[in-house]
Amino acid sequence: MGVDIRVENLNAWYGPVHTLHDVSLRIPANHATALIGPSGCGKSTFVRCLNRMHETNPAARAEGVVRMGDIDIYKDATPVEIRRRVGMVFQRPNPFPTMSIYDNVASGLKLNGFRKKRVLDEVVERSLKQAALWDEVKDDLKKKSGASISGGQQQRLCIARALAVDPEVLLMDEPASALDPVSTAKIEDLIFKLKSQYTIVIVTHNMQQAARVAEKTGFFLNGRMVEFDSTHKIFTNPSDKRTEDYITGRFG
Amino acid sequence: MSALPVRSRAVATLITLRRSVTNQLVTVVAIISTLLVLVPLVAILGYLIYKGASSLNLAFFTHVPMPVGEPGGGMANAIAGSAAILGLASLLGIPFGIGAGVYLAEYARGTWLGAAVRFTADVLNGVPSIVMGLAAYALIVAPQKHFSGFAGGVALAIMMVPTVARTTEEMLATVPNPVREAALGLGIPKWRTVLSVSLRTASPGIITGCMLAFARVAGETAPLLFTAFGNQFWSFNLSQPIAALPLQIYVYALSPYDEWHRLAWAGALVLIVMIMASVTLVRIFANRGVLKGGH
Repeated sequence: MGVDIRVENLNAWYGPVHTLHDVSLRIPANHATALIGPSGCGKSTFVRCLNRMHETNPAARAEGVVRMGDIDIYKDATPVEIRRRVGMVFQRPNPFPTMSIYDNVASGLKLNGFRKKRVLDEVVERSLKQAALWDEVKDDLKKKSGASISGGQQQRLCIARALAVDPEVLLMDEPASALDPVSTAKIEDLIFKLKSQYTIVIVTHNMQQAARVAEKTGFFLNGRMVEFDSTHKIFTNPSDKRTEDYITGRFG
Repeated sequence: MSALPVRSRAVATLITLRRSVTNQLVTVVAIISTLLVLVPLVAILGYLIYKGASSLNLAFFTHVPMPVGEPGGGMANAIAGSAAILGLASLLGIPFGIGAGVYLAEYARGTWLGAAVRFTADVLNGVPSIVMGLAAYALIVAPQKHFSGFAGGVALAIMMVPTVARTTEEMLATVPNPVREAALGLGIPKWRTVLSVSLRTASPGIITGCMLAFARVAGETAPLLFTAFGNQFWSFNLSQPIAALPLQIYVYALSPYDEWHRLAWAGALVLIVMIMASVTLVRIFANRGVLKGGH
């Protein structure tokens, strides 16, 4: 089950550039939350701070409090521990090219030293079913490389891979922006199904997508969070002039 | 958007013609270049077979050299000695080379030490092989006061390291960063990500680099002159002077005897076939069970 995420005064830097300014918000458990905003507004940086991926860049730095459930991810745990609880799906599908479909899904467990074959088989089947990919790949699990299937299938494979380690939170950084409309629809259906079990944070450029899948929406601009509210309110009656200008297409 | 300029039909035909001629021309130039590269390779191999094949017989692979003046004899000890020295060189050079390459690509990007290591490796790559032999002589042979196969292996290993390190680094640099992030994002520790994801994804290129380094040192004579030294008799003892094919070829080719000249040709042929065979074998084994990415 998912946990809620409380962020207080989060700041982030890339080298000398201050990319995120005092972001505070509360992301509800077992719901989908969308983050929208123009390119370079800091929304990707923000999600990368939620699984401490931000700090894999030696020049990057973050300050502030991020609580997931009852732990402070910057104080109470190592990045590796946090990333086991927080799955991430990236903008471009990034399956491991030299691994089979099966090994891609099992990688989170296998590369952490888990080897029980019967359990792995179960996890792979369950995760691929959750990601609505099982029927398309079940006959080629160990025969085909993770990079040999179509782009849309690869992205669902990446979702299955993230789900296999049983995370509480799923971060999605523009998961459908590199996909065709049919594949995009499949990913959105998936988010809709998964959000009752996981806390989902999805960064998107596509405002219709945010409106379709998310209960809550945050609008980012120039490294600050301008507004955070129910998706309905953001898209019908935003409180901030800048949010209104953005969603009505006046800029960005 | 402005409309495209309207051209007459004749001009359009001319442009199409020019493009297709250029296209043909470039293709022909590429084919000629390929042939020019292949010609020396095929010529050398052909000449070696012509000169050396007639002197090849079972005795060549089973007998040690005969004393001057006596006919027959072979290079069995040199073949075995080369295998031992090259095995040792690969055992030492490849792990250190890959280790250094991993450090450069995964841990030292943009650091001062990384730049220094990279520069050193490139300089080391350009050092003449005889200098490597002298270094091994000074470091190992002189303190021990005798020549040894071990010193030869070390000299060749030092020559392998920069090539292996730099190709490993460059191959790891071609692994897309999102693939690394995918592994880190699953809570896989960095060391495990490097081993099981980065290195594995880059492995075909890294294997090619190792093979290039191996093939390069396999034919080296100079680093072995004052390290392995050579030996007319059977010896598997790496702490003693040991025979090696390039050394044997060198000595025989410089000798005044026709019989030895023929054996030198045969030795050169065997050396080149051994290198080709080991490179091919490694490729076959390395490709086994590896799933190919892409469509």
